[in-house]
Amino acid sequence: MPEVRTADKLNKKYLREAMWPTIFCNGCGHGVVLDYTFWAIEELKLDMDKTVFVSGIGCSSRLPGYINADGLHTTHGRAIAFATGIKAANPDLNVIIFTGDGDCSGIGGNHLIHAARRNIDITVIMINNFIYGMTGGQLAPTAPLGSIATTAPYGNIEQPFDICGLIKALGANYVARWPVSHPYKPVKSVKQAMEKKGFSMIEFLAPCPTAYGRRNKLGDIKKHWQWYDDNTILIEDYEKIMNYGTDQEKEEIKNKIQIGVFQDIEKPGFFEEYEKLLQRLQDTRGKGGKK
Amino acid sequence: MIEIKEDWCKGCGICIERCPVDALEESDEFNKKGIHPARLKEDNECNFCRLCELICPDLAITVFPDKDVKKDMKKTLLSPVGGKHK
Amino acid sequence: MRYKRDPELIREVLGNKVQFILGDIACVYGGLLAGCSFFGGYPITPASEVAEGMARRLPRVKGTYIQMEDEIGSIAAVIGASWAGAKSMTATSGPGFSLMMENYGYAVMTETPCVIVNIQRTGPSTGQPTLGAQGDMMQAKWGTHGDFEAIALAPSTVQECMDFTVEAFNLAEKYRNPVCVMADGEMGHLRERVVIPDEKDLKIINRVPATIDKEKFIPFSNSQTRKSKVPDFPTFGSGYRTYVTGLTHNEKGFPATDKQPDHEKLVKRITSKITDDIDTLTNVEKLHLDDAKTVFVTYGASARPAESAMEMARSKGKKVGMLRLKLVWPFPYKEIQQLANHVDTIIVPEMNLGQIVHCVREYADGQCKVISAPKIGGEMHLPNELYSYLEGA
Repeated sequence: MPEVRTADKLNKKYLREAMWPTIFCNGCGHGVVLDYTFWAIEELKLDMDKTVFVSGIGCSSRLPGYINADGLHTTHGRAIAFATGIKAANPDLNVIIFTGDGDCSGIGGNHLIHAARRNIDITVIMINNFIYGMTGGQLAPTAPLGSIATTAPYGNIEQPFDICGLIKALGANYVARWPVSHPYKPVKSVKQAMEKKGFSMIEFLAPCPTAYGRRNKLGDIKKHWQWYDDNTILIEDYEKIMNYGTDQEKEEIKNKIQIGVFQDIEKPGFFEEYEKLLQRLQDTRGKGGKK
Repeated sequence: MIEIKEDWCKGCGICIERCPVDALEESDEFNKKGIHPARLKEDNECNFCRLCELICPDLAITVFPDKDVKKDMKKTLLSPVGGKHK
Repeated sequence: MRYKRDPELIREVLGNKVQFILGDIACVYGGLLAGCSFFGGYPITPASEVAEGMARRLPRVKGTYIQMEDEIGSIAAVIGASWAGAKSMTATSGPGFSLMMENYGYAVMTETPCVIVNIQRTGPSTGQPTLGAQGDMMQAKWGTHGDFEAIALAPSTVQECMDFTVEAFNLAEKYRNPVCVMADGEMGHLRERVVIPDEKDLKIINRVPATIDKEKFIPFSNSQTRKSKVPDFPTFGSGYRTYVTGLTHNEKGFPATDKQPDHEKLVKRITSKITDDIDTLTNVEKLHLDDAKTVFVTYGASARPAESAMEMARSKGKKVGMLRLKLVWPFPYKEIQQLANHVDTIIVPEMNLGQIVHCVREYADGQCKVISAPKIGGEMHLPNELYSYLEGA
């Protein structure tokens, strides 16, 4: 039997044990995302000396501290701008960003939009728990209509933010959304996202029982994780039912969250084009280009 | 054979809930944090699907394939990125 | 790393040795000479020409130029590029400088070398975009939250815009701190003659990269290879696997937010690494100080009319001198203390309502009279306006 890669071996290779155990609550989905990332990195055989993890502020942004590689824990919402600088100075580094829903789409919305538009060669792993968890449970831009938070005690009256829809419209190379409760497809997706050139984004729907679940009557941890199974639907199934299903079926799935790979295209990245620009300038140098 | 790092377990119970053959349970002892960690049942049907290993938020579970297990392994070990280990 | 500093290529791109250029473009020249390889900028009057000059010339020396979506993104990208090994800078004016304050503090806390050129304009708020002022001097020192030490230079001529940008990179690399070049709209949009120095006359300092064994390396403590409070730099991608955070951290870089001694040790080290060297850092110009009884203490653009006023007074026999501060922060307090000892009056002309005058007053400590000569509204002082302050002398 060939040597099997187990969690124990992965931990020894990739985990920064001095910072363990995590600060995450029990039942939190963030540790699971770390798990999936390790399996994807192992499969791709990335060189950990040449990989940099960047994050903003929040529960999701504590993840680089647990990984045994270069990490940059930056200010709230600006992780993507820092990552652009790192990639510009050394395009050979693999840059992976961990960010949260409020960090990325709230305060950091502008940087997300422009990095996706420029197709910068980074991978953004955004962990969406519908709430600002670390600061105690305030309303987030992605919170569903009617949900309760400490700053929306009478229910949320704002429309939730569909981040994947926005990034798909900007023409990013890879966009996907997965819940954390079923492992195999998300791990494969993370691997595809990291391999891809250009801007790739994966949104993970992770439960936050402490800040979101308690206030929104999602009960204990088991019930909260079950909510994700009941309220998500694959894109292919959604489209099939919308095109061919009965009215009753359409009514049932109308408000479910779609999961799967939204976009998977190949457009040239920003730094590929920049290299071509430099080459063009060097070629004109011999012909006496003007200043 | 499943090894659970007791001091890493936070007692969330997800592995117990999600095991497809109901092979895990809460143990009676406490770990250092005062939690009952998970453990494999004495009498279990574990088929090495590795779901508990992949889904534990604290990376506390490791699944080892038994070399001299009495019952035949009905399924080969799955690879997390799709496909099977040959 | 793609970029390698090539002195011949740089001079080929810069052109003739003697040129007649804008102050903004002189900052560009200074950056290129120092080996800057990343510029992240955003258009703002009167600093847009710095971004435009960099956009033209930086790709030709094989550096990277990105126009970011806002000033916050600019300074963030500059810090990220610095951690990946590049010498990086950005240029902005008052409103952009205010936006950059959070990440400026981040660069101080994580000990990241970078250069911020601030072509100051009148404020507060949008103010007079095309006219110059010196209203951000205190902001460079106290703008971001918390305790920190700032390094800031104030050029008075276009040649100094270029020289001080090179000096700013040297200080940033030596002390691993962000450095501000506080020019102003008058200098930025003034055209004057500059002489580009030869390679042998140029002094370039680079950061000390970490070279010792990876198991033994401690990233945020005194240097392990030489006697200095500035640690060696573990560039991303060189295998040191450093964790860099803006939270209070211990020597290994891990967050230590609930322990008082850790925070005190960290903040005292990153402030004293600069204040310990106040004598070597102090950089002033002294004119006629040996017999003067009334002295102008000035910096930046307001030094020019002050010098004219001093010459006018000297020609009439009055004993007037001038002390021009080239490095404004950390404040050269010893010079002021010595000066206040043997003069009667110090006059501080500034293009703001009085900012550096407070420091002068503090260190003069009652030994002499300190008079503020403010002027706001975007016009420089006229020499005879400053001369009228000397009537009593």
